[in-house]
Amino acid sequence: MTRTIQEINEKIKQGRAVVCTAEEIIQVVKEKGVRQAAATVDVVTTGTFAPMCSSGAYFNVGHALPRMKMGGGRVTLNEVPAYAGFAAVDILMGATAIPDDDPRNKVFPGKFAYGGGHVIEDLVAGKDVRLTAQAYGTDCYPRKTLDTWIRLADLNEAVLFNMRNAYQNYNVAVNLSDKVIYTYMGVLQPRMRNANYCTAGQLSPLLNDPYYRTIGVGTRIFLGDGEGFVVSHGTQHNPGVRRSEKGLPQVPAGTLAVTGDLKKMSPRWLRGASFTGYGVTLTLGLGIPIPILDEETLEFAAVTDAEITAPVVDYSAAYPHGKPEILGEVTVAQLKSGEISVNGKRVVTAGLSSYARAREVALILKSWIEAGTFFLTEPVAPLPSADSGYKFKLLPERPWDGLQEAV
Amino acid sequence: MAKKKVVLNFPPHLIDQPVTYRLITEQGVRVNILRARITPKEWGNMVVELNGKKARLEDGLAFLRELGVEVEHLAEEVKWREELCIHCTACLAPCPTKALYVERPNMTVGFDREKCIACELCLNVCPYGAVEIAIEQ
Repeated sequence: MTRTIQEINEKIKQGRAVVCTAEEIIQVVKEKGVRQAAATVDVVTTGTFAPMCSSGAYFNVGHALPRMKMGGGRVTLNEVPAYAGFAAVDILMGATAIPDDDPRNKVFPGKFAYGGGHVIEDLVAGKDVRLTAQAYGTDCYPRKTLDTWIRLADLNEAVLFNMRNAYQNYNVAVNLSDKVIYTYMGVLQPRMRNANYCTAGQLSPLLNDPYYRTIGVGTRIFLGDGEGFVVSHGTQHNPGVRRSEKGLPQVPAGTLAVTGDLKKMSPRWLRGASFTGYGVTLTLGLGIPIPILDEETLEFAAVTDAEITAPVVDYSAAYPHGKPEILGEVTVAQLKSGEISVNGKRVVTAGLSSYARAREVALILKSWIEAGTFFLTEPVAPLPSADSGYKFKLLPERPWDGLQEAV
Repeated sequence: MAKKKVVLNFPPHLIDQPVTYRLITEQGVRVNILRARITPKEWGNMVVELNGKKARLEDGLAFLRELGVEVEHLAEEVKWREELCIHCTACLAPCPTKALYVERPNMTVGFDREKCIACELCLNVCPYGAVEIAIEQ
């Protein structure tokens, strides 16, 4: 059995496409077997809703009068610094940016109540956001200061552009030390009193297409309740890691860079998040449709939580010091049960990625396809896969001694 | 049977006396200690849930007041704001009474107010401000 994306799109147009979520397909395969399921189902929809730090948005705020060149100046949105190293009125807000006067971790652990992720959420919610800018002034752009309310609808462009999202698999974080630690994986109690995980498991986009056979450059996706696209592989993409017999990476592996029009998104799917003692980020809903081209794509898309394993990593020492050791491997099914066993010790689990909301993403995407408003795309180019030799490296640090001339 | 959550503030001179024991044995009140902080020579406080017949509870509280214990209603309450919750389950690990719980296999988070002892451990764990302390006026 094989089918093409063109054929699937034709069926979508006619309202005849059979679509299952990555959760529903598991039951279908159980009942009908791979062969019959592949013959019946055209598309499997995936989803995830989780903190994704390497997210950001760029805006063209329009020209004030007299004109002002924010490029090279300083710009804030609700007091959170934005990057302005572009032309006159293009600015970029990163998810983890925080106000200059945020106390950070001076009183430990800091609260990080508001930052870039919240600015993006507020804009998408249609709220007024305060834009301030200072510039040096030029003959063509004489204005030097600006302090004004802006809102999403008035911006020329507002585009979510994320350099790394949708991590394929992720660490399970524990703390072997004697004191509480505050991490991007949440608050970790001493002596391994909890284990925090962050994956949508069987619903996770890249775990349903582990070798990126169907997901590639240009793939149309669900992004923040709007339409988005895969730009390329994301930063830190690391497809060559060890994999299970079924091709599932056993440690964090592939990533995606994605983009989409912020004006078409909903604040329900872009949420500013404050991690105590760590910082601010953006929690984002993302979903990818997987065309069932043959039995193999279906078999991959029918992956279950019981088949996905994640490494348990000590975030008090191994992670911060980049040591490769892991304390064990657990399945996502075990993680979701509320308790895992690590070196014979029972450890309570908690999640950071919302499985309930990931399912909702997959269901929304399914409803779009069934309604004939969302069509699948052929990848323009493939992502580097397991055999590409593409690798994630550490920084080869060469300390500056203060004397050498930079070359 | 009536149930009441109260804060008991113990003056320093009562710290070395078995007040709770007497509340249980002499007044016949069932006491469930939810939180306690006792430091020699300072005011101590306990958050307790009292169980018993209504008259017994009133007598018990009168007995405590007579001894010099200040009785306050539990003015703090943890509120779970469902509209802010994303059901990530990060709050489950620190919650000692399982007041915050998850329904499987849907993995949706819920909050059982009755089980909450206002220990506040969930507050700095939720990235979305979906649990907060409400102080009664």
